Amino acid sequence: MATKASRSAARLMMAPAVVLLLGWMLVPLTMTLWFSFRNYLPLRGGDQGFAGFDNYVRFVTSSAFWPAVLATLFIVVGVLIITVVLGVLLALLLDQPMWGQGIVRILVIAPFFVMPTVSGLVWKNMFLDSVNGLFAHIWRFFGAQPVEWMIHQPFASIILIVSWQWLPFATLILLTAIQSLDSEQLEAAEMDGAPALKRFWFIIIPHLSRAITVVLLIQTIFLLSIFAEIFVTTAGAFGSKTLTYLIFQRVLESQNVGLGSAGGVYAIILANIVAIFLMRIVGKNLDA
Amino acid sequence: MFVRNALRAATALTLLTTGSAMAETITIATVNNGDMIRMQGYTDQFTAETGIDVEWVTLEENVLRQRVTTDITTNGGQFDIMTIGMYETPIWGKNGWLVPLNDLSADYDAADILPAMAGGLSYDGTLFAAPFYGESSMVMYRTDLMAAAGLEMPDAPTWDFIRQAAAAMTDRANDINGICLRGKAGWGEGGAFITAMSNSFGAQWFDMDWNPTFDSEAWLNTLNFFKGMMDESGPAGYATNGFNENLSLFQQGKCGMWIDATVAASFVTNPNDSTVADSVGFALAPDNGLGKRSNWLWAWALAIPAGTQKADAAKAFIEWATSKEYIELVAANEGWANVPPGARTSLYENPEYQAVPFAQMTLDSILSADPNNSTVNPSPYVGIQFAAIPEFAGIATDVSQEFSAAYAGQQTVEEALAKAQAIAAEAMEAAGY
Amino acid sequence: MARSVTSRRKSINTALAWGVGLIIFFPILWTILTSFKTEGDAIAYPPKFFFFDWTLENYAIVQERSNYMRYLWNSVIIAGGSTLLGVVIAVPAAWSMAFVPSKRTKDILMWMLSTKMLPAVGVLYPIYLMFIQLGLLDTRIGLVIVLMLINLPIIVWMLYTYFKEIPGEILEAARMDGATLKEEILYVLTPMAIPGIASTILLNIILAWNEAFWTLNLTAAKAGPLTAFIASYSSPEGLFYAKLSAASTMAIAPILILGWFSQKQLVRGLTFGAVK
Repeated sequence: MATKASRSAARLMMAPAVVLLLGWMLVPLTMTLWFSFRNYLPLRGGDQGFAGFDNYVRFVTSSAFWPAVLATLFIVVGVLIITVVLGVLLALLLDQPMWGQGIVRILVIAPFFVMPTVSGLVWKNMFLDSVNGLFAHIWRFFGAQPVEWMIHQPFASIILIVSWQWLPFATLILLTAIQSLDSEQLEAAEMDGAPALKRFWFIIIPHLSRAITVVLLIQTIFLLSIFAEIFVTTAGAFGSKTLTYLIFQRVLESQNVGLGSAGGVYAIILANIVAIFLMRIVGKNLDA
Repeated sequence: MFVRNALRAATALTLLTTGSAMAETITIATVNNGDMIRMQGYTDQFTAETGIDVEWVTLEENVLRQRVTTDITTNGGQFDIMTIGMYETPIWGKNGWLVPLNDLSADYDAADILPAMAGGLSYDGTLFAAPFYGESSMVMYRTDLMAAAGLEMPDAPTWDFIRQAAAAMTDRANDINGICLRGKAGWGEGGAFITAMSNSFGAQWFDMDWNPTFDSEAWLNTLNFFKGMMDESGPAGYATNGFNENLSLFQQGKCGMWIDATVAASFVTNPNDSTVADSVGFALAPDNGLGKRSNWLWAWALAIPAGTQKADAAKAFIEWATSKEYIELVAANEGWANVPPGARTSLYENPEYQAVPFAQMTLDSILSADPNNSTVNPSPYVGIQFAAIPEFAGIATDVSQEFSAAYAGQQTVEEALAKAQAIAAEAMEAAGY
Repeated sequence: MARSVTSRRKSINTALAWGVGLIIFFPILWTILTSFKTEGDAIAYPPKFFFFDWTLENYAIVQERSNYMRYLWNSVIIAGGSTLLGVVIAVPAAWSMAFVPSKRTKDILMWMLSTKMLPAVGVLYPIYLMFIQLGLLDTRIGLVIVLMLINLPIIVWMLYTYFKEIPGEILEAARMDGATLKEEILYVLTPMAIPGIASTILLNIILAWNEAFWTLNLTAAKAGPLTAFIASYSSPEGLFYAKLSAASTMAIAPILILGWFSQKQLVRGLTFGAVK
């Protein structure tokens, strides 16, 4: 169908986007690579010369490295599981006939509009604070000792906040997918006496697999780089330092751009491992 | 069509706003502390006097620090005045990034700046930042709770007395904690407190060869004492409490004692914000009989980056904002208790200010702090609650996170110190010491 | 809805869905309520829900301290501008990927998405130095460009999935009728793609509005959007829940209202090709 002319026209049309993104990727990437081999210390006057692989070795042998990688994966996987599981359930619920469906939908999608800094601040201070937070009030009401969330449950706190922000996104995509499900197929299954759980498992879940893949892919991209939620809550204390946060500390707190850049290269490698892993699943599911 | 119109409208508006900013305008980056915010309210007076417009970039402390550091190290030129502290000033001054403030006008009376402040904001004898307000730290305590416990606070308490008093005042059933202290991670939060405290225990960050000394007995004693006392008498979750959290607790009447910045005195005695305003007493920060007290020295100061084109206008603003006249302006409108403290000698000679209950103790605390001689044994660095070297902030943030984890009971004090030693040694070696 | 439903079941659904909806929405509701309280009421125990002295003083204090309208306007221009610019660049690319696919189309798409995984802080210094050279620091145009580049992969991908759902036969028919490429895009494709483009625009306005790293680090006094506004309220002295709530409400209200008014488009369009 495509002629030669339309092919070259197509290439021309793709060019601006591809060139821009190539530039946006290559220029910073090249600079990151360059700096990662330099002793670049802004507070000591800038570039102090070639560093070889020192920055790479130092970053990876630092006691904070592996915990940060694990923390990153833990948070990403935790949020993905919560948002997908709750998202499916919520989408099923919202798909049911009810009064005021539009308003409920508005309520459910609202967290997606809240900026990460704000949701971090609001959750940390007004809900999770162990003295004046609402959760502490509730715990006290039931006679329990309020939990010091940021200290003893830093991961749970961060995962809670981030999941709250991303649940609407997952729900919306899954809801759209459920709505496209052939209701006759479901009814037929119902007639045949298939119990609800079986219908869910054998008809709904396979139908949703593509949507779930998309949710996983898009969310992973954003979750790998979450920053504001950690910065305003634990600031990386109590073991909640992710790789992104560790790089932030190296670059802006320790003012060691070379070391931070080496960390950046590791983060890119990690992201690509995750991406390849995802692509394996996604690629299969996205083939149209 | 819509797109084109929207873009055109956007361009037009951009031109409009840049067009109107032709008069001389200086941009100031500052921290969102109460005194700074009050100053913004009076800026109109400065503009009326000089015709110089002022644009503010007000940021929370941590964000401010990264923002101005990025700009100064890259010579970005985004700010004409930066609000910085005693940690940054000597390092930046040494690198030639700041405009020297050695030619301020005679009216300004630079000799009136408290010597401790001027010393901490200079490099090699040249002043690089003018103090807007200065602080040390001291004990703030509830006179009613002390009386109820049958104790009397000496003017210069020891740590043992503080610990004993804290235990006596603690009444957990009524939500009263004997003592509130900073345990929050971050070099400017819990890191600053424990470092200042460690000085009075004979500890220090680095020995004369720049080797970290967290493996010393003195550090172990410091941390054990701190954690022991806070576990006995401190609030739950103190490992995440910083200045703001403790201020809030104290104002709500939940603390018997609080050892923190002297500037907090005006907040805890202000009846609008504090439920305990009429029953607060003050004392010097405690010691251990080793010759050093545990009070720090800090100033929020205004400095001019060397890259600015508007150094004269910036200097005019600094002379205005840190002048004696500004202090009088605030005093006339808000009362003497609310003027920016700790910067000028003349303020403490003013009889009206001497009547403020915390004035004398603040001055005594500031005068007893010496950044050039902060530790019991000799140390190679300048600074009391910090060491003024570029690597310190990064190391101390990591170290204070280990300490906070120990406060929270997630590791032992010994483990935290061992990790701190490793972190600091690694970073110092990397920095080429 | 083909299924017949008993009203009892409908009632249960309604109660359950409203319950869950209110729980999810509660943090926002609580923030809005707190913004109308005094600082004392904000931390009162037991918590006060509706019966407190409603006050506007927090909004007055926040407004006095910072010029809200300027931040708001910057947010509107930066979020809107970057999205529109992104769409203008992405439409042709997505069109050609959808209708003239090649073997590498999917690789290119995936590569585009992968550019989003570069940790921003790692390149702060390089980008900052580039911005100084180009005179783009603290300008809206600089942020429009950066946010456009950040969101471009998402825009391309969303548009690609919508365009793919447009049946190719319609285009063939148009071509048979002698339509030029330009006419094809303008009169055939665009009307069919409008819902998709609309939801792409909405989603990306939200993403750009909430971007808090570059908008904070590349601005000073002139171009700072609402993310910079909120950065001055995150940790003030003393009691601050009510003021924080007021500032938070002001920062999220515009985008929340936009989102609510356009939620039909957003919901309809937000599929990312997830539905076949």
